[in-house]
Amino acid sequence: MTAPAIELRGISKAFGPVQANKDISLSVMPGTIHGIIGENGAGKSTLMSILYGFYKADSGVILINGKPTQIPDSQAAIRAGIGMVFQHFKLVENFTILENIVLGAEEGSLLRPSLAKARTELKRLSEEYELHVDPDALIEEIGVGMQQRVEILKALYRHADILILDEPTGVLTPAEADHLFRILANLRREGKTIILITHKLREIMDITETVSVMRRGQMTATVRTADTSPQELAELMVGRKVLLQVEKTAARPGAPVLEVENLRVVDEAGVERVKGVSFNVRAGEILGIAGVAGNGQSELLEVLGGMQHATGLLKVNGQSLDLSGLHSDGRTRRAHGVAHVPEDRQREGLIMEYSAWENAVFGYHHEQKYQKNMFLMDQAAIRADAEAKIERFDIRPPNANLSAKNFSGGNQQKIVVAREIERNPDLLLVGQPTRGVDIGAIEFIHKQIIALRDQGKAILLVSVELDEILSLSDRIAVMFDGRIMGERLPHETSPQELGLLMAGVVGKGEAA
Amino acid sequence: MDYLTLLQVLDSTLRMSTPLLLACLAGLFSERAGIFDIGLEGKMLVAAFLSGAVAFVSGSVWIGLLAGIGGSLAMSGIHGLASITFRGNQLISGVAINFLAAGLTVLAAQSWFAQGGRTPSLTGAARFNAIELPFATALKDVPVIGPLYYELISGHTILVYVALAVVPLSWWVLFRTRFGLRLRAVGENPAAVDTAGISVVRLRFTAVAICGVLTGIAGAYMATGLQAGFIKDMTAGRGYIALAALIFAKWRPWHALTACLLFGFLQALALRPDVIESTLHIKVQVQLLDALPYILTVIILAGFVGRAIPPRAGGEPYVKER
Amino acid sequence: MEKMPKWADVLLVPLISLLLAGVLSALVILAIGESPGKALWIMIDGAMGSKYNWGYTLYYATNFIFTGLAVAVAFHARMFNIGGEGQAMLGGLGVALACTYIPWPHWSLAILGAGVASAAFGALWAVIPAWLQAKRGSHIVITTIMFNFIASALLNYLLVEVLKPKGSMEPATGKFPEATHLPNFHDMLAPLGISFSRGAPANVSFIIALLACVFVWLLIWRSRLGYEMRAFGHSEPAARYAGINPTKMIVISMTISGALAGMMALNNVMGEAERLVLNATEGAGFIGIAVALMGRNHPLGVVLAAILFGALYQGGAILAQDTDIPVQLVLVIQALVILFTGALDNMVRMPVEKFFLARRLGAAKAKKEA
Repeated sequence: MTAPAIELRGISKAFGPVQANKDISLSVMPGTIHGIIGENGAGKSTLMSILYGFYKADSGVILINGKPTQIPDSQAAIRAGIGMVFQHFKLVENFTILENIVLGAEEGSLLRPSLAKARTELKRLSEEYELHVDPDALIEEIGVGMQQRVEILKALYRHADILILDEPTGVLTPAEADHLFRILANLRREGKTIILITHKLREIMDITETVSVMRRGQMTATVRTADTSPQELAELMVGRKVLLQVEKTAARPGAPVLEVENLRVVDEAGVERVKGVSFNVRAGEILGIAGVAGNGQSELLEVLGGMQHATGLLKVNGQSLDLSGLHSDGRTRRAHGVAHVPEDRQREGLIMEYSAWENAVFGYHHEQKYQKNMFLMDQAAIRADAEAKIERFDIRPPNANLSAKNFSGGNQQKIVVAREIERNPDLLLVGQPTRGVDIGAIEFIHKQIIALRDQGKAILLVSVELDEILSLSDRIAVMFDGRIMGERLPHETSPQELGLLMAGVVGKGEAA
Repeated sequence: MDYLTLLQVLDSTLRMSTPLLLACLAGLFSERAGIFDIGLEGKMLVAAFLSGAVAFVSGSVWIGLLAGIGGSLAMSGIHGLASITFRGNQLISGVAINFLAAGLTVLAAQSWFAQGGRTPSLTGAARFNAIELPFATALKDVPVIGPLYYELISGHTILVYVALAVVPLSWWVLFRTRFGLRLRAVGENPAAVDTAGISVVRLRFTAVAICGVLTGIAGAYMATGLQAGFIKDMTAGRGYIALAALIFAKWRPWHALTACLLFGFLQALALRPDVIESTLHIKVQVQLLDALPYILTVIILAGFVGRAIPPRAGGEPYVKER
Repeated sequence: MEKMPKWADVLLVPLISLLLAGVLSALVILAIGESPGKALWIMIDGAMGSKYNWGYTLYYATNFIFTGLAVAVAFHARMFNIGGEGQAMLGGLGVALACTYIPWPHWSLAILGAGVASAAFGALWAVIPAWLQAKRGSHIVITTIMFNFIASALLNYLLVEVLKPKGSMEPATGKFPEATHLPNFHDMLAPLGISFSRGAPANVSFIIALLACVFVWLLIWRSRLGYEMRAFGHSEPAARYAGINPTKMIVISMTISGALAGMMALNNVMGEAERLVLNATEGAGFIGIAVALMGRNHPLGVVLAAILFGALYQGGAILAQDTDIPVQLVLVIQALVILFTGALDNMVRMPVEKFFLARRLGAAKAKKEA
C-alpha cells in the first residue's frame, strides 16, 4: 500500500490563550484532491501555515510520503515538495512573470542563465498543464486569474508534488474558477496531490475526493465526498442546523428612494470599475446585488456612501446628490438620510482603537446633539446614546469603554449595524453584513435588516454570499465586470441562473 | 567664463559630488530593500571621525578607511536592529542615529585629542592624496583635451574613482545578479520573498550593511580626501542632500550619478560666486544655491516634473501574516 | 484583550526605556574617562540647584513644550512632522517682523501680536508640505526635512542681506524695542513677594506654553476636530467612510503643528534674545521629537518630558562649563532616548507584554485548578 502524500498526527498550535489548532490529524493520498472546509477563524489557515513553515506547531508530527519531516521554514516546505497558493498572491508587482517565477529558485548568482532556463521550463510547464502565460508581462498589468496561474507555475517550477490552495476562487469569476478546476484536474492526473481550502460547499462537492471539516480549531470529520451532501457538510461546519431561510413577509414597495443612472467609477489607476449602471431601490424593499468579489460592487457601494467620486446621476428621495464635487462625501450622504454599513468593518466601519462609545457615533459625531459648543463635544450625551444602543442590540460585553478591537467580530458588526439602523435612515446601504460573523449574530443582523424594510425603508444589500442574497432580497441585480447583467426576482430564479449572470453570460433579450 | 575656470569648477564638482554619490548609492541599496534611511548623515559623520582619528593614530589612511567603514557599519547595525529585528519606526531610528553621531563624534574627539572636537591635521600617508593618471603631465599642453584630462579627469584621490566605479557596479548588482533581484523584490513585496523561502531579515540586513560600507567610504572621503582631518559636524547636511539626490534619481544608479553631479555642481558654484557673476552678470545669492537641491527635490517629490515612486514596501516593517 | 495594564504602557515602558538610555549614557561617560556619578550630580545641581538654574531649565523646557506639542499633534493624525526646526525658524521671523515694524504700546499686546505672527509663519512653513502630501502624495517626512534646510537658507539670506541693521557686521536683527520685552520670572513673581533670579531667561511665555498644553489636550481628546484627527490617524479608509476629509485633516493637523512650533519663538526670540539671530532654534525642533515620543504624545507627558530635557540641556551646559565633558553629551543622551522610546520601543515592550501575559495565564490556570 502506498504511503499518504501528506500525513499530520496530533498537530496543536496556540497563540497565547487562543488554541488555533487542537490535536489535528489528517491524511491525504497521492494523486487526489482533498478539501478542507470551515468557517472563518476555524483554524484552516493556521494549519496550512504550519505546513508551509510559517509557524512551528506546539506538538505533533508531519509525514511527507511516509517520512517524518521537519518544516521549520518555507525553504524546508519547498524542499519537501510543498507548494502554496495563498489567498493574497505573493507576487512582486513591477517584476515580470518570469522574474517572479525565478525569484528564490535561481540557478546561480547571475541572473541571465537562470532566466533563460526558466523560460524554457516555463514553456514546457505551460504546455503540459494548460497554464499559458506571457513570461515578459508585468504582474501589475495582468488580471487576477492570470496572477493565480503564475502562483501555480511558481510552485510547479519548484517541483512541488503537493499543492495547497487557500480560498483560490474568492477573486475569480465562475468561468475562471472552472478553468482553475480543469487545471487542478490536470495536475491530479499527473499525480500531484492537492489540498483545497475553501468555505464554498459547491467547490468541494465538484472536485474533491475526500473532505475534512474544521471547526473551532478542531478537525470534526473527514469523509469521502461521494458519501456526503452539502447539507451535512454545512451542519458539520457550524455545529448545528443552519437556518438559511430567513422568515419574512412579501415586500410592499413604495416610491423609489434611491435612483441611480449611468453611474461610472474610475479608480486611481485609471481603470473603469463601474461601467454605467442604472437601477433604483424603492421604499420597503431590499435590492440585493450579487456578484463575484471585484466586479464593481464594492466601488458602487463606496460611491453611494460618499467614499469615492463618480459620474452619472444619483437621486435620493428625488433629490439629486453631488457625485464628484465638494459635497460628495459621507457626511452629505448621511444628511440626506443615507446610512451605510460598509463591507470592511475593521478598516472602514470602526476605529479599532476607539472605545465602543466613541464608535457609536462615528460618522454622526458632528451632529448638533453631540456638541457642547463650537469646539468641544458633549461626551456625556454620546455615552448615553452608546449605552442605549448596547442594550437594545445586546452587544457583549456591555461595556462602552472597551476598545472596538476587544469585541468579537459579531459584536463589532452589531456596533456598526446599531449605529446605522438607529438613525432610522431612508436608505440603508449594507455591504457583506455577515462576513466573519458568528451564526447567532447573523440571524440577529438579518432580522434587523428585514425589520427596517418592514418600516418602509429602502435597502441596498451587497454580498458575495449568494445564499444571503437569495434569502434576504426582494429583487436581485447581478454585477459582472462593472455592469449590471440583469435583474431577477428571488422566487423566479435559481443559483444556477444567477451563477451564469455572475460569469457574464447574458440571457436573451438583455443588453450587456 | 574661460575654459580653465570651467574645468576648475567641474573639477570641484567632481570632488563635491563624490561623498554625495557614495551616500546616495548607499541609500539606494537600503531603500531598494525597503529600509528607509535618513541616518545617512550620521553614518557619514561617524565614519569621517573614525577614519580621521585612526588614520592620524596609525599613520595609514587605509587603516583609517577600514575604521571609518567599521563605525558606519556599527550605526547600520543599530538601524537594522531597530527597523528589521524590532520592527521599529525607520524614520525615528534614522533621527536617533544622526543625533548619536553628532554627539559621540565630538565627545570622542575631545576625549582623544582635546582639540575642541576635531582631529589633528592629517598629512602624508594618513590622507588620500591625488593620483596623477598616466601621461597627465605629458598631455597637459595638448589643446582642449590636454587640460581636460589633466585638470578634470586626472588628479583626484582614489576614492573619487571608486565612487564613480560604484555606479556601474551597483547597476550590475541590482539588475544582473540573483542578489539584486531578491533585494529589489524585498523592497517591493517582502511576502513574496519570504514565501519563496528566502530570509527577509538576512536580505535586509545585507542591504543595510552595504549601505554602511558605502556611507563609511563617503565619510572617510570627507575626512581623509576632501579635507585633512575631522571637524565637528563636517558632513554639514550632505547625508540629506544624498537623500534628496536619491529621490531625484528615482532610486536608480545611473540617475543617481546625474543627480549627485548636479547637486555637486551647485555646491561647487556656491564656492565660486565670482564665476556666476562674471558669467551671468547677475548676483546669485549663495543661499539660493544652498537651498536649490532641496527645492528641486520638493518639486520632483511633488510630481510637478516626473513622478518619484519609492519602493512599495519602503518604510514598513515586515510582519508575517497568518 | 489588552496585552498589559494601562499603567505599564504609560509609565513602566517609558521608564524602562529611560533607564536603558541612562545606563548607556553612563557607559559613554565612563568611556571618555569621566565619572558618571559625578557628572549626574553636576547636571542635577546645574539644572535644579538654584533658582537661576531652574530659570534656565524652565526656559529650555518652554521651547521643548512648544516643539513637543507640535510633533505630538501631528502624530495623532499620523503625520510625522520632522520640520519643527524650520517652522520654529520661520516663527522667529514672524516675531522679529511683528516686534520690529509694529509700535506696540505694551508687552501684553506685543505678545499677542507676535504670538499670532509666529504661529502664522510657523503654520505657513508646515502647510506647504501638508498640502503637497495631501494633494501630490509627497512624503511629509522628506518634504519637512527639505523645508528645514530651505528655511535655514532663507533666514540666512534675510539676516545677512535684508534685516541686518546698517553698519552691523553680525547676521542678526537689531534689538527689539523696549515695549516688546517680556517679563521674566523675576518680574512676574516679584509682585507676589517671591524672589526669583533676575538673570534667568525663563519668562511669561512658559505660561503660554502651559496654556498651549491645555488647548492641545482639549483639542485632541475633547473636541470634534481632535476626534476626527485621531480617527484619520488610525484609519484613512474609515475617515473617508465617516465623511472626514483627508486633505482637511492633513492640512489642519499640520497647520496646528506648525503654529505650535512657530510659537516657540515667543520664548527664545522675543523672551530671551530680544532680537533674531542666526540659528536661534538651536535644534529645539528636533528635540520636540524626543519629547513627544517620551511623553507618549500626551500634553502632560510632553510637559514632563520637556522639563526633563530642559534640565538635560541646562545640566549639560553646566557640565561642559565645569568639566571636560563637551556639551554634545546632551545630544548622545537625546539620541538614546529617541532610540529606546521610539525606534526600539518593541525591544522594551515585547518582554514587558510577555511578562504580563504569562502572569495572567498563570493566574487563569491557578483559578481553573482551584
